[in-house]
Amino acid sequence: MITSFPKLLSATVITLKLLSLSLFFGLFIGLLFAILRLNKNIFINKFAYGYSYVFRGTPLLVQIFIIYFGLGQIEYFRSTFLWVIFKEPYWCAIIAFALNTGAYTSEILRSAFQTIKPGFIEAGKSLGIPSKIIFYKIQIPIAIRQSLPAYGNEIILMLKGTSLASTVTLMDLTGVAKYIISTTFKPIEVFIVAGSIYLFITFVVHNIIKYLEKKYSY
Amino acid sequence: MNIFKKTIFSVLASLLIIGNVSAADKIKIGTEGAYPPWNSKDASGKLIGFEVELAWSLCRYMGRQCEIVEQDWDGMIPALIMRKFDAIMAGMSITAERQKAISFSQGYADEVAQLAVMKGSSLEGMDTPSGINLSLGGSDVKSALKTLTAALAGKTVCVQTATIHQNFLDSGDVGSVNVRTYKTQDEVNLDLTSGRCDAALAAAVAFTDYAEKSGKPVVLVGPTFSGGAFGNGVGVGIRQDDTELLKAFNKAIDKARKNGDISRIATKWFGFDASM
Repeated sequence: MITSFPKLLSATVITLKLLSLSLFFGLFIGLLFAILRLNKNIFINKFAYGYSYVFRGTPLLVQIFIIYFGLGQIEYFRSTFLWVIFKEPYWCAIIAFALNTGAYTSEILRSAFQTIKPGFIEAGKSLGIPSKIIFYKIQIPIAIRQSLPAYGNEIILMLKGTSLASTVTLMDLTGVAKYIISTTFKPIEVFIVAGSIYLFITFVVHNIIKYLEKKYSY
Repeated sequence: MNIFKKTIFSVLASLLIIGNVSAADKIKIGTEGAYPPWNSKDASGKLIGFEVELAWSLCRYMGRQCEIVEQDWDGMIPALIMRKFDAIMAGMSITAERQKAISFSQGYADEVAQLAVMKGSSLEGMDTPSGINLSLGGSDVKSALKTLTAALAGKTVCVQTATIHQNFLDSGDVGSVNVRTYKTQDEVNLDLTSGRCDAALAAAVAFTDYAEKSGKPVVLVGPTFSGGAFGNGVGVGIRQDDTELLKAFNKAIDKARKNGDISRIATKWFGFDASM
């Protein structure tokens, strides 16, 4: 239990890297698709809806398997330049995670945009502020504040989701825990340590979100 | 830090339930069902293979009722220790490392390991003896390992996790290759054909079986490996305190061998007599 701790801690770095990179890309994807969802054009709107429907409606494990094992089986795909990225399990995992969390984030942001009171926008308009500035300076900040509790939840879900990286050969926290178990045959002890590390990260994330909520409350 | 205390208490409370299955007289045998021809599943999901058939034969000799259950490879030994079943028959080689945790019956079959690559790989045509036994050592083995070390430098070699093949690559006998581990042999085969792996290491017959069934140009290269990290044959894994069952299995294996059952079943599944 004690000897496995340093190994698990160094694997935590990979878990955190996976988490932060997927959240980073996922936030951009989410914001983009949230804006597309609010578009009046029915095709753009339905396309964005379809994306979030597919990625929220299928298990993350299936998504990561399709991206890692599935795409790798297509011979034509292997001859394209994309293979340089998709050859690496690390990037496959990040792409799968980012697309998945992007779908959830787009829903969180969309609902946040829609709950903004029309009065805020009308107030901006009556002051003669251009609608672009209203969007960036009024709607986006309010939407981010509105979505903080739900987004905090999404971060925690994604943290646990990163454990699936071990299924595509990555040595993240879960991957290393499994490796240690395969040599020590002591699943309970090792998984307790690994679980506690996940719990601690959740604890930190939870409190950061709580702090931000308080700070930006109005 | 009230939240922290609360969290810890709730964790401890959730850990108190651990299943304990004990079969009164039925012997439960665990197998992986994903390592043909040792053990696998047919299209309908039924467990088949050399060890499944051998298990039924051994049970008849013991005069006991048996049940064969499926278990993921990486949790095989923990599941045995936690009494989810009473014996392992899953192509598990007898190694000193595993013997620290469980007992093994005498070996019932043995099969060499070998590297596999895709046709056209630069690793084809390695100049090594056709087979090396790591337990014997000697200059032949040393020079073969040297050739392998040079050929595999910087290459990615894929193996199933927690296997003798992984142990061998981790042991440093062939230098510091880039080892990638997978949950099942199927996944190793998939990534070998996709080109993510430069080579893969497993029981030679696992690759020939895959090449035959998938039609993919997978070829074996380098020497066949035995001894050393590759253990001393495949046996039945049994809990260390279960000495009665160990004796029963050893007796049954003796009888099955004497009557030619093991070699008959082995020839049927491997295409050659892999019994020992």
